[in-house]
Amino acid sequence: MDIINTISVYAVPVSIAGILIFGLLKNINVYSVFLDGAKEGLKIGVGIIPPILGLLAALGMFRASGALELIINSIRPLTDFFKIPPEIVPFALMRPVSGGASLAMATDIFQNYGVDSFAGRAAAVMMGSTETTFYTLAVYFGATKASNTRHTLRCALTADVVGIILSVWVCRCFFA
Amino acid sequence: MINYIWAFMILFSVVVGALNGRLEDVVQAAFDGANNSIQTVLGFIGVTALWSGLMKIAEQSGLVRVFTRLIRPINRIIFSDLKKERKAMEAVSANMVANILGLANAATPLGIKAMQELDRINGNSKTASNAMCMFAVINSASIQLIPSTMIGIRASMGSAAPSEIILPVWIVSICAALCGVILTKFSGSAYYIRRAK
Repeated sequence: MDIINTISVYAVPVSIAGILIFGLLKNINVYSVFLDGAKEGLKIGVGIIPPILGLLAALGMFRASGALELIINSIRPLTDFFKIPPEIVPFALMRPVSGGASLAMATDIFQNYGVDSFAGRAAAVMMGSTETTFYTLAVYFGATKASNTRHTLRCALTADVVGIILSVWVCRCFFA
Repeated sequence: MINYIWAFMILFSVVVGALNGRLEDVVQAAFDGANNSIQTVLGFIGVTALWSGLMKIAEQSGLVRVFTRLIRPINRIIFSDLKKERKAMEAVSANMVANILGLANAATPLGIKAMQELDRINGNSKTASNAMCMFAVINSASIQLIPSTMIGIRASMGSAAPSEIILPVWIVSICAALCGVILTKFSGSAYYIRRAK
């Protein structure tokens, strides 16, 4: 477990130092280039406020009305079988559909069950290790003339399911 | 799709809330959620900007190009159909590196360019080529060196060790992507065998 923690702890500082050293070696004005990039990053951040706002409001209503409970309880037999915490299932279902909605649902899980709870960690790993599959496929194939995408969706969604089940399983190995 | 899901969530909440006699809570939760969203985004926007700035340095210094060269041998195996298509291979690799490094701004335009190049090689056919399917599947999986958004949110919400998810994320994303690649490779070959018969 120590090795695992060490790798996770070192990944960020080593990456930052590596990027800076490489930039200095190549005679880049690291600070001014950094500022350019940070400006772009802020724009992305501000851009995701509206979708997060709309979805967190809807999600709050969904939870307060008892609707979320209703859905969680109705799928409990299935989640118990795969040993997935039922509170992250709505999030897992949303993950391939919408990046904004799944991000909002992940923060909702952090707030309600705790960021370092099992559900919180599993949701974070799921969020970090899967993509918005439907959106990606729509954008990428939308740029081509191909309308018959053959096995693409099937394979991409299988990879998502593997990612979701594995997230829970790996978190159980690491953090339980 | 998200249109309907979002509208359904709100309308369903109002109906269930009315049945449960919790309509006041429902309204309050909508306002709280809207206010929370600002705090949530402000909580991690700094990390996003920090990372985006660092990645700009990686881009301009040529570090991204070094990575592109590193993953080329792997891509020769995954995209075996593209062995003779230098330009396409280059575009595919550039997109994958952008994804791995979390260059959200660069990855999508690069990916669309690569996809259009693959489409051209495929003769703009209505049926996607094996390489196109593979490229799309790889992009809908996520392999990220530093899951910076998640780390940022975890940090802003008071996690004891925000970056402890990195190794689990690597393991899960690599396994999931590998599954997708193998399955796509297999489905692609099966298609050609069926057509040959």
